[in-house]
Amino acid sequence: MAVDFGKEVDHVARLARLTLEPEEKERMTGQLSDILDTARRIQELDTGGVEPTSHVLDLPVVLREDETRPSLPLNRVLQNAPRRQKNFFRVPSIISNVQAEK
Amino acid sequence: MELYQKTAANLSLMLQKKEVSSVEVVQSFLDRIELVEPHVKAFITHTPLIALETASAVDKKRLLGEDLHPLAGVPIAIKDNLCTAGLRTTCASRILENFIPPYDATVVEAIKRAGMPLLGKTNMDEFAMGSSTENSAFFSTANPWNLDKVPGGSSGGSAAAVSTGMAPLALGSDTGGSIRQPASFCGLIGLRPTYGRVSRYGLIAFASSLDQIGPLSLTAHDSALLMDVVAGYDPLDSTSLPEAVPDYAAGLEGEIKKLRVGVIKQNLADGFNPEVKAAVLKLVALLGANGAEIDEISLPLADYGLGAYYLIAPSEASSNLGRYDGVRYGYNAGGDNIEVMFSRTRGEGFGPEVKRRIIIGTYALSAGYYDAYYLQAMKVRTLIRRDYEAAFKKFDLLVGATTPTPAFNIGEKADDPLQMYLSDICNINDALAGVPSLSVPSGIDSCGLPLGMQMTAPPSREGLLLKIAGFLEQKRDPFPLRPRVKLSEGGEL
Repeated sequence: MAVDFGKEVDHVARLARLTLEPEEKERMTGQLSDILDTARRIQELDTGGVEPTSHVLDLPVVLREDETRPSLPLNRVLQNAPRRQKNFFRVPSIISNVQAEK
Repeated sequence: MELYQKTAANLSLMLQKKEVSSVEVVQSFLDRIELVEPHVKAFITHTPLIALETASAVDKKRLLGEDLHPLAGVPIAIKDNLCTAGLRTTCASRILENFIPPYDATVVEAIKRAGMPLLGKTNMDEFAMGSSTENSAFFSTANPWNLDKVPGGSSGGSAAAVSTGMAPLALGSDTGGSIRQPASFCGLIGLRPTYGRVSRYGLIAFASSLDQIGPLSLTAHDSALLMDVVAGYDPLDSTSLPEAVPDYAAGLEGEIKKLRVGVIKQNLADGFNPEVKAAVLKLVALLGANGAEIDEISLPLADYGLGAYYLIAPSEASSNLGRYDGVRYGYNAGGDNIEVMFSRTRGEGFGPEVKRRIIIGTYALSAGYYDAYYLQAMKVRTLIRRDYEAAFKKFDLLVGATTPTPAFNIGEKADDPLQMYLSDICNINDALAGVPSLSVPSGIDSCGLPLGMQMTAPPSREGLLLKIAGFLEQKRDPFPLRPRVKLSEGGEL
């Protein structure tokens, strides 16, 4: 069963917050169908009662004490920020017109 | 013999005996880089000043009689997905083109502590996604044995650097073959350690349940020396193995106990290049002649590994790469609302293969598909691990080809991602099982390209892999380990 991946690409690209150019989308659709046709072969296997792998070596979950420890100084945390204002990462408005409505 | 032609073990001895200074050693590699690099292009960032500074500091300490690490003064190249404080780390991506990490990866810290001069950051497939280094956003790296061929990937820059004597040692990372496949294509030892053996802290994440850092080198001894620097528990990596680490270099000595060797049928399949298979069987026969018990084994789930891998790795990647949104670091494409900014930044910052994998992964994790794709893949991963557990009840070591063919042409598979993925077919299952796996040179084919054999051991037995690789180096019919780099305009380097 071949899935028509073309219909899915727009939706998935939106979920991934990824702009794709039209020609990019077209090229990718064919390639993705091929890849998923191969990947889908695993659905032939009966995995009833099989636990999914969460860690390959079955290590216990590692927890540490909930204590504050030294961390990076603020200026180094912010040094790579493409847009910065004082000690903040600067981003475009997230909720539009909230200010205006007030 | 020039200094750059020597192994790391040799250089280490010469330095300890004060026959040579680290500055002289580093200068020899820098001269070699100046000559060869324009033709091979193994490095994204060169760090000659850092290398010379470290070398000179080590030389001073040695003169003062201070206790030094055996590899102190022996230089190294590292893959550009390992964070280096204050030094650009790009992951071969436009999105991180100007990223300056605020901290060192744990392995980088270990290298610095050992006093190893850093020669540079090596080229790779963007975010380690690829098998040819052609997915680098900056440029492709050439295979030193034939400049028209790929060096393999994603650690292709690290492999090409060691192969040409531009560095005696390198670190790479292996998610589904990215150390072993380029090692095979360039005629080197390449070790993927047990998952958790080497700290991933500061390794830019691709697929966290699969990523491992490991060495590439000319000899097994050199890889053992480097493992002695980088292996060990790290509280900063919660998947780090809380186990004592053996002395890998010391472990190379001594007799090899009677080995039971399983030849994996699927890794010497019908369609594989006959010279690749013949070279593996020759090394297997050598093990047999030296007392190993040889038998064939079929891993029943082997053929499903590729499918499981190409759901699991992209799924984890789509999640890991969510952090590149133009806010905290990396490229920012602008835009007057947040969603436009995110989407444009990622659309312009990521290359085609990275986008492909983000789309596959997002799809496999999305509502309605999660159970059928991601969850099923993780269950199949459990079955694959059981295959290995069963195999290691019967065998100490599993062997096969590292790759179905020798190095392929630049451009040959660039437009066919599935064919590119298939070049890692022998490497993927070991990664899914989390077991250590090593590629050892097995010969040179009739076209003058190196071939490799992959050996796999139970968890935490990478020492056995290094020991057997060292044994094979001594016993096999000799062949050149390094190429003469033949230039298209004539002449060789």
